[in-house]
Amino acid sequence: MDLTTGPAATPPGAAAPGAGPEAPPVPDDPAALRVVPARHYARWAAAAAVAVLVAQFAHGLATNPVWEWDVFRAYVLSETIVQAVWVTLQLTAYATVLGFLLGTVLAFMRLSRSPVLQTVAWTYVWVFRSIPMIVQLVFWFNLSALYEELGVGIPFGPVFWSVDSNSLIGTIGAAVIGLTLHQAAYAAEVVRGGVVAVDHGQLEAAAALGIPRLRQIRRIVLPQAMRAILPTAGNEIVGLLKGTSVVYVMSIGELFYQAQVIYGRNGRVIPLLLVATAWYVVLTSLLSVAQYYVERRFARGADRTPPPTPLRRARQFVRTLRGAAAQRDRSVVPLRFLGDSR
Amino acid sequence: MSEVMVDVHGVRKSFGPLEVLRGVDLRVRAGEVAVVLGPSGSGKSTLLRTVNHLEKVDGGWVSVDGELIGYRRAGDRLYELKEKEVLRQRTRIGFVFQDFNLFPHLTVVENLVEAPVSALRRPRAQAEETARRLLERVGLADKADAYPRQLSGGQQQRVAIARALALEPKVLLFDEPTSALDPELVGEVLDVIKDLARTGTTMIVVTHEIGFAREVADTVVFMDGGVVVEQGPPAAVLDAPRHERTRAFLSKVL
Ligand SMILES: Nc1ncnc2c1ncn2[C@@H]1O[C@H](COP(=O)(O)OP(=O)(O)OP(=O)(O)O)[C@@H](O)[C@H]1O
Ligand SMILES: [Mg+2]
Repeated sequence: MDLTTGPAATPPGAAAPGAGPEAPPVPDDPAALRVVPARHYARWAAAAAVAVLVAQFAHGLATNPVWEWDVFRAYVLSETIVQAVWVTLQLTAYATVLGFLLGTVLAFMRLSRSPVLQTVAWTYVWVFRSIPMIVQLVFWFNLSALYEELGVGIPFGPVFWSVDSNSLIGTIGAAVIGLTLHQAAYAAEVVRGGVVAVDHGQLEAAAALGIPRLRQIRRIVLPQAMRAILPTAGNEIVGLLKGTSVVYVMSIGELFYQAQVIYGRNGRVIPLLLVATAWYVVLTSLLSVAQYYVERRFARGADRTPPPTPLRRARQFVRTLRGAAAQRDRSVVPLRFLGDSR
Repeated sequence: MSEVMVDVHGVRKSFGPLEVLRGVDLRVRAGEVAVVLGPSGSGKSTLLRTVNHLEKVDGGWVSVDGELIGYRRAGDRLYELKEKEVLRQRTRIGFVFQDFNLFPHLTVVENLVEAPVSALRRPRAQAEETARRLLERVGLADKADAYPRQLSGGQQQRVAIARALALEPKVLLFDEPTSALDPELVGEVLDVIKDLARTGTTMIVVTHEIGFAREVADTVVFMDGGVVVEQGPPAAVLDAPRHERTRAFLSKVL
C-alpha cells in the first residue's frame, strides 16, 4: 500500500494536496480564481500580414480596368448565361445520380461472392478509369459511326425494334452517358471504400438477427458507409460539376461553352471567363453547404454529443462577443465565461 | 425430463489446416442453462457460432428444437439451405456478441425494432411496444431514444440482450457477454442473464465468470482442444473435476 520510500514520518492521509509546505496556496473560494488568456503575438503578426496581402489583392480586383466589371455585370445574369448554368446543372445532376447508382451496383458486384460479377466490375472500373473523359465523350458523340442502329432483341439473335443511334441519344444524351460511365467508375471505388470501412461485426449482427440480405445492406451497411463515402463523394460531385465544362467539345450550350461563344463574338475574354468562374464558385459553394448538412445527418449516433451547426456556432460567437464587451474594462476573464464559450 | 432444445452432434470444423472443433457433442434441454468454459482458443466461440450457422460445419450437425440448422435432410442426404432460409432459422436463435455490435446509427429502440419488423414482418407499432417493454425489463426504459454510443458498455450489452430477445427466440447464445466490460459493469449484465435464467429461457453462455457458472448453470461444459472434456452439474465439474485438464484450468482461473 505505502509507496513512499522516505522516512515514514507522515501518517497516512496527511499527504493531501495543499497540506505540505511546498504546495501552492489554494484560496478558499475557487470562484474567485481568474484566468488570464494566453497572448499569441506571432499569430497576430502573421494574421496582420496576410490581411494586408488580401486587401491589396481585393483592391486590385476592384480597381484594375482589365477585369471590366461593367461587362461582367452585363452578362452574369443574362438569359443566355442563366440558361447555360441550367444546362450545366442538369448535366451534373443526371451524371451524379446515374453515376452513383451504377457505381453502387458495381461496388456490390465487386464485393459479391461471384467471381464473374467481381471480374466484370473490376474490368469496368479499370477500363473507364483509363480513358480520359474527353476522349470518351468524343467517342459517344461519334457513336453512330460505330453502331448505326441500336436495337432490342435476343442477344446474338433477331432484332425486334431498332432506332438510329444518334437520334435516340442526342447530343445531351451522349454527354450524360459519357459523364455517367466515367463517374460510375470512380463512384464504384468510393462506395466500395465506404462499405469495407464498416465494421464486420455489423453485418454479422444483422445476419444473426435474420435481417434479410438487401435490408442488411440498405439499412445497416450503407448508412454507416455513408460516413466514409460522403466526403469523397462531395469531391467527386464538385469535380463533375466543373468537369461538365469539357462537354464544350460537343458544342453543348453549357456554361463554359456559352462564355466562349460570347467572348468569341465580342472579344471580352477576361470578364466572360470571370462570369463562368463566378457561377462555378457559387454552384460549388451551394454543393458544399448541402454536403455539410447531409454529412451531419449521416453522423447521427457517431458522437456522444453532435457538434453545433455553423449557424448555431455563429450565434454563440455573437453572444460571446457581447459577453466580452461587458467584461472589457476588466483585464481578466472569469472562469465561468470560458466555460460558456466552449 | 423436458425435450432437447439444442442438439450438437459430432460437430467438426477446420480453418484451413487448423482443426478447431474435433467432434463436439452437446445437448441442452428446454429451459436449461449451459455454461461453456475453457481456455482461450479451445473453440468455444466457434462452437457457439455453428449453432446459428454463422460458421458452417464440416461434419456432424446441429439442430434447434428438432430443426436441422443450415441443412435440409432428405433420405441420407443433407441439402444446404438458401441464405433466406438460414436467416429465418436465425430469428429463432438469439446471439449476444462480446463487443455488443449494436447498430450505432440507430437509436436504442430502433435497434430493437429492426429485426422483428424486417425479418418477422411484425407491425412497427407492435414491435415498438415490445421493444419498450423489453427495455424496461433490462432497466433501460429511459434510454429508448438514445444512440448506443451515448450508453455505457454495460448498458449497451443490456440493449444487445434486449435486441436478441425482441425476436422471442427459442434459445439465447452468449459469447463472453461481459469480457469487454469494466469490472464494475459486469454485475449489471450478469443480473439480466440471471433473471432470464430464472424465467426459464434456454441459454448457452460462454464465459470466464466461474461464480456465475456455479450460481446459474444447470450444466457446465468444459472444452479444451476442440472437444468437450467434461460436462455435468456445476457442483460436479467445478468442485470435483474428474479430468486433469479441467483441474488445471480451474486452478488457473479460480
Ligand atoms: N475465421 C477464422 N479463421 C481462421 N482461424 C480461426 C477463425 N476463427 C477462429 N479461428 C481459430 O480457431 C481457434 C478457436 O477459436 P475460438 O474463437 O473458437 O476460441 P475461443 O475458445 O472462443 O477462445 P477465446 O476464449 O479466446 O474467445 C483459434 O485458434 C482461432 O485462431
Ligand atoms: Mg471466443
